[in-house]
Amino acid sequence: MTTRKITVNVNGTPREGEVEPRLLLVHFLREDLSMTGTHIGCDTTSCGACTVLLDGKAIKSCTAFAVQADGREVMTVEGLEKDGKLDRIQEGFHQEHGLQCGFCTPGMMMTTYALLKNNPSPSEHDIRWGISGNLCRCTGYVNIVKAIQYAAQKPAE
Amino acid sequence: MSSTTPRTSPEVGGMGHSIKRKEDARFLRGQGKFVDDVKLPGMLYLDIVRSPYAHAKITKIDTSKAMAIPGVLAVVTGELLKQYNLHWMPTLMSDTQMVLPVEKVMHQGQEVAAVLATSRYIAADGVQAVEVDYEPLPVVVDPFKALEPGATVLRTDKEGKTDNHIWHWEAGDKAGTEQAFAQAEVTVKQDIYIPRINVASIETCGCVAHFNKTDGKLTVWMTTQAPHAIRTVFALVAGHVGLSEEKIRIISPDIGGGFGGKVPVYPGYVIAVAASVLTGAPVKWIEDRIENLQASSFARDYHITAELAGKKDGTMQALRFKTIADHGYTDAAANPSKFPAGLFHIATGSYDFQHAFMEVDAAYTNKPPGGIAYRCSFRVTEAVHAIERMVDIFAKDIGMDPADLRKKNFIKPDQFPYKSQFGFEYDSGNYIGALDLAMKRIGYDDLRKEQAEKRAKGELMGIGISSFTEIVGAGPSKHYDILGIKMFDSCELRIHPTGKAIARFGTKSQGQGHETTYAQIIAEELGIPAEHIAVEEGDTDTAPYGLGTYASRSTPVAGAAGAMAARKVRDKARKIAAYLLEVAEEDLDWEPGKFFVKGSPSKSKTIQECAFAAYTNNPPGMEPGLEAVNYYDPPNLTYPFGSYICVVDIDKGTGQVKVRRFVAVDDCGNIINPMIVDGQIHGGLAMGLAPALYEEINYDADGNIQGGSLMDYLVPTSMETPSWETDKTCTPSPHHPIGAKGVGESATVGAPPAIANAVVDALWHLGVRHIDIPITPPKVWALLKEKGVAE
Repeated sequence: MTTRKITVNVNGTPREGEVEPRLLLVHFLREDLSMTGTHIGCDTTSCGACTVLLDGKAIKSCTAFAVQADGREVMTVEGLEKDGKLDRIQEGFHQEHGLQCGFCTPGMMMTTYALLKNNPSPSEHDIRWGISGNLCRCTGYVNIVKAIQYAAQKPAE
Repeated sequence: MSSTTPRTSPEVGGMGHSIKRKEDARFLRGQGKFVDDVKLPGMLYLDIVRSPYAHAKITKIDTSKAMAIPGVLAVVTGELLKQYNLHWMPTLMSDTQMVLPVEKVMHQGQEVAAVLATSRYIAADGVQAVEVDYEPLPVVVDPFKALEPGATVLRTDKEGKTDNHIWHWEAGDKAGTEQAFAQAEVTVKQDIYIPRINVASIETCGCVAHFNKTDGKLTVWMTTQAPHAIRTVFALVAGHVGLSEEKIRIISPDIGGGFGGKVPVYPGYVIAVAASVLTGAPVKWIEDRIENLQASSFARDYHITAELAGKKDGTMQALRFKTIADHGYTDAAANPSKFPAGLFHIATGSYDFQHAFMEVDAAYTNKPPGGIAYRCSFRVTEAVHAIERMVDIFAKDIGMDPADLRKKNFIKPDQFPYKSQFGFEYDSGNYIGALDLAMKRIGYDDLRKEQAEKRAKGELMGIGISSFTEIVGAGPSKHYDILGIKMFDSCELRIHPTGKAIARFGTKSQGQGHETTYAQIIAEELGIPAEHIAVEEGDTDTAPYGLGTYASRSTPVAGAAGAMAARKVRDKARKIAAYLLEVAEEDLDWEPGKFFVKGSPSKSKTIQECAFAAYTNNPPGMEPGLEAVNYYDPPNLTYPFGSYICVVDIDKGTGQVKVRRFVAVDDCGNIINPMIVDGQIHGGLAMGLAPALYEEINYDADGNIQGGSLMDYLVPTSMETPSWETDKTCTPSPHHPIGAKGVGESATVGAPPAIANAVVDALWHLGVRHIDIPITPPKVWALLKEKGVAE
């Protein structure tokens, strides 16, 4: 199968790849770049475990081709921590026990990142609506909502 | 010991402290190591061809087109595995399951062949290119029809099998119960179906199998809740092809949710192992979501006919269940071996019945096998749903408030330890205390007034109660084993010279936070700060043997092993302290972290000083070092309990049930980490809401799965899930070393009947006696229409 050369800016670093057009973005990140923080939980764009930011917008990377990210910026969970300091969202999830098994957590945090960028002071309803494309089986969502409220009260870096 | 006032300082972080979780550090950074994150040089990928038919003869498998694809290395079929006698495998319930079929398929989505390729994508291409010819056979979907005379016999592989009946099991006093029913003033009867569901953990199942041809060692990273048992099963099943137990290493890495779905051995694991043994290359198999929902183990699927007998004054006297269990094409349930229906006989619940009897018959059908727990301890959810529904129906039939009826019939605090009619010895409980607190928290009396006002206006509001008793922590070796292996669990604790520690356990966390809570148990016992106690699980080469994490057994069994190992360490440390202080052991007192001389508290030795001396200045004649192992065989099960109250509003235009409030009062005995306990309850409640209102896997008459993707199988999102209100009472377990009972599954068990009771409560005046879960809008709307109140 023919391949195509792409360059994707991932967490601020240009990353090159020689990929089949059918390669999903999530597999490019996980397998070609060995960045396994982004997870796969379904194949129907339902669970949100694979959520990353593409040019600042939260997308499900199981439903985007790597070639669609060519020349664009992708941010993953690995890009949240800056200079050894956790992002306010990571801090919120830790402080409020917003994670248990940790599998949905990266996608949940990336959705939160986009949510807070668009709506810095969300209501509980805004938060619940904002994360409704991300499934969590462990937490019952209560502490995820609290974690996002915690983060929203801290200034963005 | 009280769960409310910690004995240790926050710096030590023993029991009762809500210390933050240690495991968060890696998960927050995307550095968790899940199975699909394992990448080995030269790794091959396995993908599975699955059956579109529920029952069909395989007439031909043509692999030529698949093999022509560059990168496809092999297509594994049943015929190939048959050469090694690996085409069938035993189940945990001593039935047999196909790894890959040779003659026929028995359910839609069943594994038919497997493609081995150099990449995930090529393997998927190969799956598309394998051509299989089928000859459809009559399909048996309904378990009642499966048991009728003349039904198509499914297990033609079993010599002499002439029907689809798997087993009959019964418990209790049949004659006494029959007599009680014959003489009762009031009897109620209800058919209750607990539908088939799937745990749908966000991580699916999978493995990486690596057989090293040079040293003959097999290492398997796999999504398993019970790595040690899996190693033994592999050794027993594949011993004849040269895999002996010391050469098998099972590594259960980070697990993205288990809930019972990662207890069984799936064919995919076995095929991956076989493929690695044949090629010598590492082989990865990762299930996709549709495969997971269509073919991994189901839960529930019990058809219960429940009957309750009592007096008009509200005294409940006798209980009787007759149940048909739909097991799919094989009994691959995950139950203790002696209990084919698990702990279903907890069905008398929180009530003091005089007579009880139950019988269960299991049937083969053309559906996937399973019978795992979905976050409960072996069929407890089915039992609790049925008893809590029956109590409500009985209350309404005799015109008594369901809270009053429960209080009248509860086992009273002074009756513990209480022997149930089915033979369980409940360890401790205060059921009235939990219900009273729940009623106070939700404002029960005011809600009943509000309901009356709303009903007068034609609005539909309901209040539902569930006062459940759980049964967890399997279990005592006398009764509980899996394939003969007793259900103990273990801890191996080693104190380093500088007073820090490592503890390894036979369990495996899937999100429960063991790295934090186990450290807290040891911190409580030894006074070593929890942050300096490393906890490891899941690697069979390093951890002590244990039966794993499911059925809420980690705290009751492995947690107890941790406390007992720490006490052994403390006993040795006491001898060292006595030596260092030049006093007799009896002259020493202990407070968390140090021994001191009675009457002279300034003369003391810390646990860290004792640890250092164990390696540098041990008493003459004493073995150096400071470590201990404990294999804990629990004397009894533990019986967590609680009372949940739910308020629902029903939309007459859509049939939508809105959970307005949900108060959960739990009693899990002494609490290790309140923050984690609350998290477990929140999650359990969400997994109770899910089957109550949303989730079901059913099949059409041809055995086609309805709801085999997350587009159809409705795992609740943040929008459907209410803000849970939680509270606690604390009744310690008298037989557990730290008085704890386990909590991970209580809420999943207790929540569904609270919700179902609330919905029926809203509709009872219209003549609605029962609705089977999931209580979906179409079901409710159809009832509203039938009763003439739909808008």
